[in-house]
Amino acid sequence: MTAPAVEAHGLVKRFGETTALDGFDLEVPTGTVLGLLGPNGAGKTTAVHILTTLSRADEGTARVAGFDVATEGARIRSRIGLTGQFAAIDEHLTGRENLVMVAQLSGLPRDVARGRADDLLDRFGLSDAGGRAARGYSGGMRRRLDLAASLVTSPEVVFLDEPTTGLDPSSRFALWEVIREVVALGTSVLLTTQYLEEADELADDILVMNHGRGIAQGTAAELKDRVGGETIVVELSDPTALDRASDALRDIAGGELHTDPRNGRLSFPAKGDRARLAATVRALDDADLDLVDLGLRRPSLDDVFLELTGERAVADEAADDVAQPTGGRR
Amino acid sequence: MSAATPTVTGHDVAEIARTYRGSFLRDSIVVARRNLRRIARQPQIAVFVLIQPIMFVLLFRYIFGGAITIPGIPYVDFLMPGIIVQTLVFGAATTAIGVAEDLKSGIVDRFRALPMNRSAAMAGRVVSDQVLNLMSLVVMVVVGLLVGWRPTGTPAELALAFGVVVVFALSFSWIMAAIGLALKEPEAVQSAGFIWLFPLTFISNVFVPPSTMPPILQNFAENINPVSLVSNSARVLTTGAYLCGEDLCTDVSANVLGSLGWSIGIMVVFVPVTAWLWGRLGD
Ligand SMILES: Nc1ncnc2c1ncn2[C@@H]1O[C@H](COP(=O)(O)OP(=O)(O)OP(=O)(O)O)[C@@H](O)[C@H]1O
Ligand SMILES: [Mg+2]
Repeated sequence: MTAPAVEAHGLVKRFGETTALDGFDLEVPTGTVLGLLGPNGAGKTTAVHILTTLSRADEGTARVAGFDVATEGARIRSRIGLTGQFAAIDEHLTGRENLVMVAQLSGLPRDVARGRADDLLDRFGLSDAGGRAARGYSGGMRRRLDLAASLVTSPEVVFLDEPTTGLDPSSRFALWEVIREVVALGTSVLLTTQYLEEADELADDILVMNHGRGIAQGTAAELKDRVGGETIVVELSDPTALDRASDALRDIAGGELHTDPRNGRLSFPAKGDRARLAATVRALDDADLDLVDLGLRRPSLDDVFLELTGERAVADEAADDVAQPTGGRR
Repeated sequence: MSAATPTVTGHDVAEIARTYRGSFLRDSIVVARRNLRRIARQPQIAVFVLIQPIMFVLLFRYIFGGAITIPGIPYVDFLMPGIIVQTLVFGAATTAIGVAEDLKSGIVDRFRALPMNRSAAMAGRVVSDQVLNLMSLVVMVVVGLLVGWRPTGTPAELALAFGVVVVFALSFSWIMAAIGLALKEPEAVQSAGFIWLFPLTFISNVFVPPSTMPPILQNFAENINPVSLVSNSARVLTTGAYLCGEDLCTDVSANVLGSLGWSIGIMVVFVPVTAWLWGRLGD
């Protein structure tokens, strides 16, 4: 049994009155991807900063690649890669110059640095843009360059802090592909994200955090199980008929009926009972209600998130055009 | 260790990185080269750095200068050494701005997560900023000659004069690096990082002999302010020792040694302060 790639125990970090980390534990087994999922202000970046030696914990201990973050920072820095929340590239240098600089500052002799930069530009689809100043890059290209810079030394442990935030879907998928390749090489990865889908896609295991603490951990499937099974979802063509529909379905739903007046939607647990779906159709038909949609829905990580934190996930919030009341901070 | 460790022409990059412990000299040069590239690609910076001192020379030479009489020496010969010192001291402010911009852009976080030497980023910054200072020095000398400055020192004296001034400017760059790290925001640096340079350079003998100032200011300008000491060194060395004995200077070596002493003292304090601030950036 080798030591975990990353382990943290009881991390506490305060910024004045704010407690950014409040007894935070985490473990990334070697060769796996841990998705760290949390809303704005949960403490994800603070945790990444402590683990990458950019910041010091007030309390607690952490080891990365087997070394102590408090006393063996230099050894850690020579074994990790960090892609921070905001791209850390030099706008006035070309893509190639950025990578060569990082490679040299990681100890590679100039020739090796140049060769490595070219390899990475090629792999990240930046060969053509490599000679242009990074200032002129698109958001997706910047992100790829930033990721390439953190992989220059083929590090044992890679930290990715919201690597795809702000990217359009196709750039995001492209970046996922690159991250999967990195993972396939056996690199251990700690990935923070606000996108539930992203954690589901890339991570072996997901740690949900809020207010500086882990609140649940498991695979996507395990987390979904915690919320319960499938849900029956009904969407009315006439949202004002919601009350009538609620009356019609009350018996079937058995007190667990959720209504959403914004879009005329009703939902309740299916309880693994397929007959409930048929009963629902009949009840709505008897009440003479027209439907846009009716179906069984598997719980999404959004539901998990809402269940665990009492807050809607940001990605979801952004997708809704009407603001949702949230349990706490955004 | 994964089987697929990348190699470049036979070098295992992960293995090289794992054993790298940073090299102050090598890493500083890499960072300095990066900064020089940035300067070369933003010509507006150099233009700004060079235009202001030219305006100052013209202002004092032709607007105020006519009303200022220095016994025994043409005003332009009095002015130029001092205004060169003032320009280079102000030039150090570009270091604070550059440091704050690097912090804002995130490149400092990139540096701090690398195995590079922990003082190299600031050393590279400070050294590369002296290139801008040397450029403004050359421009000032040319403009000075055009407006009638006639330095009379020997080549060795002139070289020593410029050397004293450049070393002083270097030490001020370290102060400014610390200020950039402390204030962090470029806007904060712009508004609060270097206003103190105005009293420092004006309550000095840069533009006028302090003899007409109120006693407190005069005492500061003559006996405390290192800007006066450095200006005096440059003045004595550029106008020739024959002028000593007027109220301009007393002893060349006392001025030069005093100036170098200040420069070294500032660096002895601010190089470690900068390293300390660098280490605490994430807290
Ligand atoms: N340098 C700092 N000074 C003061 N407060 C800070 C600092 N850094 C973080 N905080 C606070 O600590 C808390 C955690 O912040 P952190 O950036 O770690 O959250 P996050 O999970 O990364 O959020 P996001 O998803 O918005 O990036 C927040 O309340 C934040 O305001
Ligand atoms: Mg963050």
